[in-house]
Amino acid sequence: MSDTIFALATARGKAGIAVVRVSGPSALDAAAALGVGPLPVRRGVLRNLMIGDELLDSALVLFFAAGASFTGENVVEFQVHGSEAVVSALLRFLTSLPGLRMAEPGEFTRRALENGMLDLTQVEALADLIDAETEAQRRQAQRVLAGGLGQRAALWRKDLVRAAALIEATIDFADEDIPVDVLPEVRDIVERLSASFAAEIEGSRGSERVRAGFEVAIIGAPNVGKSSLLNALVGREVAITSAVAGTTRDVIEVRMDLGGLPVTLLDTAGLREATDEVERIGVARARERARLADLTVLLLEPGETASDTEADIIAWGKADLVPGPNSVSGLTGQGLDWLVEEIRTGLQQRVSGSGLLIRERHRSALSLASESMASARQSLYDGDPSLELVAADLRTASHALDNLVGKIGVETLLDEIFSSFCIGK
Amino acid sequence: MKHFDVVVIGGGHAGTEAASAAARAGAQVALVTQKISTIGMMSCNPAIGGLGKGHLVREIDALDGLMGRAADAAGIQFRLLNRRKGPAVQGPRAQADRALYRAFVQRELADQQNLSLLEGEVVDLIVDNTRVGGVVLADGQHISAHAVVLTAGTFLNGLIHIGDQRHAGGRMGDAPSTRLGDRLNDLDLKRGRLKTGTPPRLDGRTINWSILEEQKGDDAPTMFSFLNSAPVARQVSCGVTRTNEKTHDIIRANLSRSAMYGGHIDGVGPRYCPSIEDKVVRFSDKDSHQVFLEPEGLTDHTVYPNGISSSLPIEVQTAYVGSILGLEQAKILQPAYAIEYDFFDPRALSAGLEVQNLPGLFFAGQINGTTGYEEAAAQGLAAGLNAARLAMDADQVQFHRSGSYIGVLLDDLRSRGVTEPYRMFTSRAEYRLSLRADNADQRLTEQGIGLGIISERRKASFYSKMNSLNDLKARLQQRNFTPRDLLESGVHVSADGSRRSGLDVLGAFVMTTEQQNALLPELLTAEPEIRTQVLRDAMYGRYLDRQQIQIDQLKREEGTVIPADFSYSDLSGLSGELTSKLQRQRPASLAVAAQIEGITPAALALILANIRRTAALQEAV
Repeated sequence: MSDTIFALATARGKAGIAVVRVSGPSALDAAAALGVGPLPVRRGVLRNLMIGDELLDSALVLFFAAGASFTGENVVEFQVHGSEAVVSALLRFLTSLPGLRMAEPGEFTRRALENGMLDLTQVEALADLIDAETEAQRRQAQRVLAGGLGQRAALWRKDLVRAAALIEATIDFADEDIPVDVLPEVRDIVERLSASFAAEIEGSRGSERVRAGFEVAIIGAPNVGKSSLLNALVGREVAITSAVAGTTRDVIEVRMDLGGLPVTLLDTAGLREATDEVERIGVARARERARLADLTVLLLEPGETASDTEADIIAWGKADLVPGPNSVSGLTGQGLDWLVEEIRTGLQQRVSGSGLLIRERHRSALSLASESMASARQSLYDGDPSLELVAADLRTASHALDNLVGKIGVETLLDEIFSSFCIGK
Repeated sequence: MKHFDVVVIGGGHAGTEAASAAARAGAQVALVTQKISTIGMMSCNPAIGGLGKGHLVREIDALDGLMGRAADAAGIQFRLLNRRKGPAVQGPRAQADRALYRAFVQRELADQQNLSLLEGEVVDLIVDNTRVGGVVLADGQHISAHAVVLTAGTFLNGLIHIGDQRHAGGRMGDAPSTRLGDRLNDLDLKRGRLKTGTPPRLDGRTINWSILEEQKGDDAPTMFSFLNSAPVARQVSCGVTRTNEKTHDIIRANLSRSAMYGGHIDGVGPRYCPSIEDKVVRFSDKDSHQVFLEPEGLTDHTVYPNGISSSLPIEVQTAYVGSILGLEQAKILQPAYAIEYDFFDPRALSAGLEVQNLPGLFFAGQINGTTGYEEAAAQGLAAGLNAARLAMDADQVQFHRSGSYIGVLLDDLRSRGVTEPYRMFTSRAEYRLSLRADNADQRLTEQGIGLGIISERRKASFYSKMNSLNDLKARLQQRNFTPRDLLESGVHVSADGSRRSGLDVLGAFVMTTEQQNALLPELLTAEPEIRTQVLRDAMYGRYLDRQQIQIDQLKREEGTVIPADFSYSDLSGLSGELTSKLQRQRPASLAVAAQIEGITPAALALILANIRRTAALQEAV
């Protein structure tokens, strides 16, 4: 018989509501101890939560019966007011009940897996879904959740098996007549897989960005209105703006959701030959960050012509003073919609890859597969190819794909997945 | 009543190897066979070894078994297969003189200490308290034993087919062991039915050799045994001929008369050793198939035409043989036939080939669904060794698939079972690059010494070889080269400043023999065999490191044991089909479960998560 576990399922801190979730055989007993009588299944009811004679809070209480709940066990959810005091008192009270204990990190999900309510890929994608901040991240996690990665790996594996079979036939049936030269087909397959793996790895850079966020740098001459533009995009005062050129000396970063994509906007020091030491360092950093950013927006003075061809998007500032095409104003908001759309389209192109390798684990497995294909190619174009080495490379690639989808290495996989969960999820 | 530690039933390749291994391990052993004169008989093709099979023979020899030495003593043509490919996939093979082979095995067994040869038919097993306690012979004699190794071959419910004629039998001319088969029925083991076939045997004097292509043996023959360096018997050649359109027409016209195609055979045959009917039907676009004419011995005129096994009626066999170049006048001495026989699902066995629901009983050879002398012998060795150790209260011996082809064979049988006659291939060994035929002794002989089954003579030769090998490796390891040294010797290397040992250099760069010798004169002075070993290890070095990572991962997963009473039906996340498969096969570990067809990663995770939960609950208690 397993324990009954509980945890705060929403983030700590002041909020409108807080959800405390209880799962296990004693979940209903816990509700009863709080003075909550019989509960209807899957329907929210308003109840007073009592600790002894004292009213703790008035809460929305939900009951999910075993077999039809997230964990597969009896689950009771208390939606209380999001006060630290209320939550702490409730958690303290639950701790005092027999058979109840605080959940370990990821324990709810682990129970869901153990009870067959979720499968492994769903668990992994769920972790990402929970962490998703933006629409693009959500879509990406959903795509993996739907099994896209497994399907692609299965196709690759089929190719690997075919190539291996051709090679093994020439090795193991050397004495029997296999007249056809299998090498051309093997080369074809290896070339094709090489290209697919490379493309997938290349595309995964975008996926990683969707997970971790893009960097968009705003660059331009001093006092052209970069900080005003940033403030307007973010909607709150982040960078200090003033009419004095060179006000922004370091790189200012703001994380935001821009058109559904997670973006870190970088406001940089104006690019000019700075006279003071601090500003000079700032300018150097600005150039470096701009170089590393996923996308750069060059802001120009009205009427100025662009000399920096490195920038992805060129916009003219101070549209409130000099309106025109592709011009923006941080003060009035003119042209902001156009700029946001430009940035979004620019970034979208960078994630146009299939975006299935969203975790480092996925990428390292595929990198190994990719290296094996490179090694196989090297052998295959030798005058007298060492087929047993090609076979070993093919096998390593299959092994890597098995690791990728969790056919082997489940042990490590589980540990890794569960270590990435926070308590209560 | 007579008593032995171990009784071995059957005198084929599994039985003889089992009896020898058990006796060498120190047990008192009796080998019971219907005819002592047929011990060590090669009942199918007159050849030993091949790809994968040759590896097995080398490993048997590394453990001081019989097969390698017998094949060397009887070998009349030696060929190293895949000679032009890498060392890991080269397999020694030899044509053997049947009489010499049989004589060698019989002599070895007669000279073996602790071993008695008994003639008789085993009709029953003695079972005391759910474990095997001995055997009963047809004459009523009881023999008690701590362990019994059954190597019944194709004798179990054997059925021979020639066209639409069939009769019960083991191999041609022998009585089938149906009474023992009935007894085994009571054990409630899962059975399957397989078939195999042989070609017609020809009179070599009626073959027109002069117009046929000759296939010679290797100029420098590769022996099977680590103890031998050259053939003993006179060496001969084989002939090569081909079937033609006329042959195929005859076969096509008579297909309905073939036992296979006439619907008389239920057993599943091997895909890789097809009958000529199979070849003509399945590869209808090919107008010709190769036929090797293999002499069965130096003093025997019989020729084994490898490649035209069949179950057609005798008159059709005569017609198609006569249509083949060089065989126009060939006389058939013994017709081709197909044989169907029972095997027991090897998934019911332990890692040491013991029947799990009847302790003390071991199965080895074709009874476990394998085909081939070498596969039978390898199992015989493992079963005999473990039977002896059981009788002497010692731990069972485990052969891991990362360490030997024997390990691959036993693991495949036990965890995957058999759907067609199981034959060894190098591709079955995922760690093939380290499991070479030429390093079988380095992999196994030390273990064999620990088990007490290695002769003094082999011990001495093994230690001397290992000393030379370790000495050369140590000397190469001590050598130290800068990129500049290497560039000066013509080795292309980037000037990265890192120093490399002699062994590293050999592994990392492609060099000519001259370059190697110039750079590392130690190689020149070493014995050729020692030098070859070092170079081969170095050649695969990079791959072996990567393989080791995979082996470690496999061993970890094998370490995740699934409890025998694990209840799959309680896992609500499994499909009904998978649940029943798991329930039936009861994988011993997560690694074995991962091999089950149709298993999904999610299912594995589910199983693992539940093993952990059970373990955690038990810890808490």
